[in-house]
Amino acid sequence: MAVYRAHVLICGGTGCVSSGAREVMSAFKEELAKRKLDREVMVVQTGCHGMCEMGPIVVVYPEGTFYCRVEIGDVAEIVEEHLYKGRIVERLLYSLSGSIEKVPHYKDIPFYSKQERIALHNCGYINPDNIEEYIARDGYQALAKAVKEMSPEDVLQEVKTSGLRGRGGGGFPTGLKWEFCRKAAGTKKYTICNADEGDPGAFMDRSILEGDPHAVIEGMMLGAYAMGADEGYIYCRAEYPLAIKRLNRAIGQAEEYGLLGEHILDTSFSFHLHVKEGAGAFVCGEETALMASIEGERGMPRPRPPFPANRGLWGKPSNINNVETWANVPAIIRNGGAWYAAIGTEKSKGTKVFALTGKVKHTGLVEVPMGISIREIVFELGGGIINDKKFKAVQIGGPSGGCLTEEHLDLPVDYESLTAAGAIMGSGGLVVMDEETCMVDVAKFFLEFTQRESCGKCVPCREGTKQMLLLLEKITAGEGTMEDLTTLEELAHMVKDMSLCGLGQTAPNPVLTTLRYFRHEYEAHIRDRKCPALACTKLITYAIDREKCRKCGLCAKKCPVDCIAGDRQTPYVIDQDRCIKCGSCFEVCPFSAVTKS
Amino acid sequence: MPKVTSLEDLRRIKEQASDLTSARSKGKVRVIVGMGTCGIAAGAREVMQAVLAELDKRGLKDVSVETTGCIGMCQQEPLLDIIRPGEPRITYGNLSAADVPRIVAEHLVNGNVVEEKVIGRAD
Repeated sequence: MAVYRAHVLICGGTGCVSSGAREVMSAFKEELAKRKLDREVMVVQTGCHGMCEMGPIVVVYPEGTFYCRVEIGDVAEIVEEHLYKGRIVERLLYSLSGSIEKVPHYKDIPFYSKQERIALHNCGYINPDNIEEYIARDGYQALAKAVKEMSPEDVLQEVKTSGLRGRGGGGFPTGLKWEFCRKAAGTKKYTICNADEGDPGAFMDRSILEGDPHAVIEGMMLGAYAMGADEGYIYCRAEYPLAIKRLNRAIGQAEEYGLLGEHILDTSFSFHLHVKEGAGAFVCGEETALMASIEGERGMPRPRPPFPANRGLWGKPSNINNVETWANVPAIIRNGGAWYAAIGTEKSKGTKVFALTGKVKHTGLVEVPMGISIREIVFELGGGIINDKKFKAVQIGGPSGGCLTEEHLDLPVDYESLTAAGAIMGSGGLVVMDEETCMVDVAKFFLEFTQRESCGKCVPCREGTKQMLLLLEKITAGEGTMEDLTTLEELAHMVKDMSLCGLGQTAPNPVLTTLRYFRHEYEAHIRDRKCPALACTKLITYAIDREKCRKCGLCAKKCPVDCIAGDRQTPYVIDQDRCIKCGSCFEVCPFSAVTKS
Repeated sequence: MPKVTSLEDLRRIKEQASDLTSARSKGKVRVIVGMGTCGIAAGAREVMQAVLAELDKRGLKDVSVETTGCIGMCQQEPLLDIIRPGEPRITYGNLSAADVPRIVAEHLVNGNVVEEKVIGRAD
C-alpha cells in the first residue's frame, strides 16, 4: 500500500453536503490529479464535524489544519499553496468572533477544545463507508473481547458499572434495562435501535449514523450478546436517506468480514441486523409505537406494562435503546465501565451530545461531559449570543422539554437538575433564545408541533393539546383573559398526568415552564394586549416615520400585499388594515424609518 | 475477503488499516520538507518523493511527512528537517534524492544524525 503523506478530509454530513461538500470533493480530486499529487495525497469523505454552520469543512492532515466554508473556487489555492508548497491558506482558517487572529488547528478552537468526544469519537475523522478505517480506530475490538473473553454477564456488569443511562430522553439506566430483558423468559429476543429522531432542531443521532454507523452496529451486537438476542432492527426515519444508505453499506461490510451474521468470530454467537425505514411520525419514537410500526401496524403506543423487556416486538422480549446510547457501548466495553463512570456527575455518567441552535454564534453538534454548566455550553462552546444581544432563555429537550432562564445558567447539565428545573435532558436539543424571543410564542410553536404529531389514540393528548393550542392562539392574538391562563394551566396538568405515552405526558412542558418562569409575558399579552418581545404578529404595528423617510420606495417595492403608498414627493405610509405584518419593510428600509411597536 | 474468525485476524486488519488513518494522527517522528519555490526549483519534490518511497519500502508508519514554505536559506535548498520526540530539530541542507535512504536509515530509524549534511539544529 502506497504511503499517503497527507489526507484531505472533507465533511460528508448532511449539513456540509447541502452547502456543496460533494462538489468541493470532486474539485479536490480533479485538482490533485492535475498536479500529479493524487498518489501522495488522499481525499477522504468523513461524517459530520459538528460545526455545520462553518461548512463545508475541510481538514488537512498531518497538520490538522481546519478550513471553513470552502468553496469550489478555493480548492485550487489549497492544493497549490498548502498541499504543494506547504503554506497554509490563512484566509480560510477559523477565527474567533471579534478577533482577527486565525486559529489553524482543530484542537485550539474553543468549540472543540471543551468537548469530550466518545459517541462522536470517529465522526469527522474516519470514512464511514470503509469498515477498515473503523477497525483501525479500535473498531470491533470490544465485540471480539466480549464474545471471546467475556461472559454475557460480564458485559452486562460493565454496562451497569458505567452508569450509562438512556440518551433518548428518559434517562433510564441502560444496564438495568438490559438486565430485565436478559432475565425475561424466552429464547427469541430482539435488540432495537431507536433512530426515529424527531425533535425539531436535533440531529445528533443522524450525525452518528452518518459519521460512524459501525459504532451503533457494534453497540447493538454487544447488547444482543449480553441479553441473549440474535436479531436486531434499526428503526430509522426515511427522511434520513444518507444515514440509511451508510447503515446498509456498513451492515453489508460487517457481514462480508464475518463480524455480523452466523457464528461471529467462530463462536456460537449469531446476530442478524435489519434496517426498517419509518415514515417520520414523531410518536414512533415512543417504544411501543415504534415496535408496532416495525410489525407493520399503525404506529400507536399501547399501555405499559407489559414492558418491551417482557412483551416486545412480535410478543418477544425486546430491548430498545437510542442511537447515542448504543454508540457509547463499544467504548465502555473496550475501556471498562469504571473508565466511563469516572466522567460526569454522581448520578449522570459520561457525556451527552447536544444540538446547539438558535440565537447562538456557533450552532452545531457538541459532546460535553455531564455536569457542565449551561453557561459553558452557550457562552464558551457556543461563543455567546449573536450580535451580543442579551441572553433570555434556553429551551432544552425539544418539544418535551422546557425553557430555562438566566438564573439557571450555572445549573449543571445532568438528568436530575434539569428535571427539577422543569426541563428534561430529552434527546439533547438546546435552543438558545435572546431578548427578541417571545416566550408565549415559543410555547405555542412547540405545542403546535406536538398537537400535530399527537396520534389521537388517547383523549387527554388528542383533545387536551388542541384546546391548549387554541388558548395560546387566543392569547398571542391579544384576545385572552386571565381565566384563560388558569384554564391553560389546568389543562396542562391534566394532559401531563393522564396521557397514555411520553408524547402527551411531556407535551405541556414548554407551556408549564414558560408559565413558571415567564408568567409576566403571558400577563402582558392579556392585560396590556402587548407582546414585550415584539414577536407576536397580531400585537405589533409597523409604521413609517415621516421625518426619517427618504422616499426611496424600497419598502413599497418589497411589500407582498402592496399596502404601502407614497412617491418621490410624499413620504410612504402603511395601510394598517391591509398590512399582514410580515416585516419586509422593516428589514429592507436602509434609513431605519420603519418602526415596530 | 476471508472472514474474520479470531482476535489475531482483527488485529492484523487493524495493523494493515492503520496506514489508512496514520497520516491523521500526528506521527511520533516528523519529517518536514521545505517546499517554497526555491525548494521546488532545487529538487525538493524529488527529495520528498524519495522520503515517501523509503518509508513505504521500510514499512515505516507513525512518521508524518509535512511540507513547509520558504524559511530564507534558499541557497541551501532542498532542506529537510527531522524531529524525533525529545530530540533537537535537525535541519539537513543541499540534499538530493540519493541522500534520503541514508538519512532515513541512520537518523530516522536509528537516531544517529548524519553530521556531514547537517546545516542547523534547534531545540
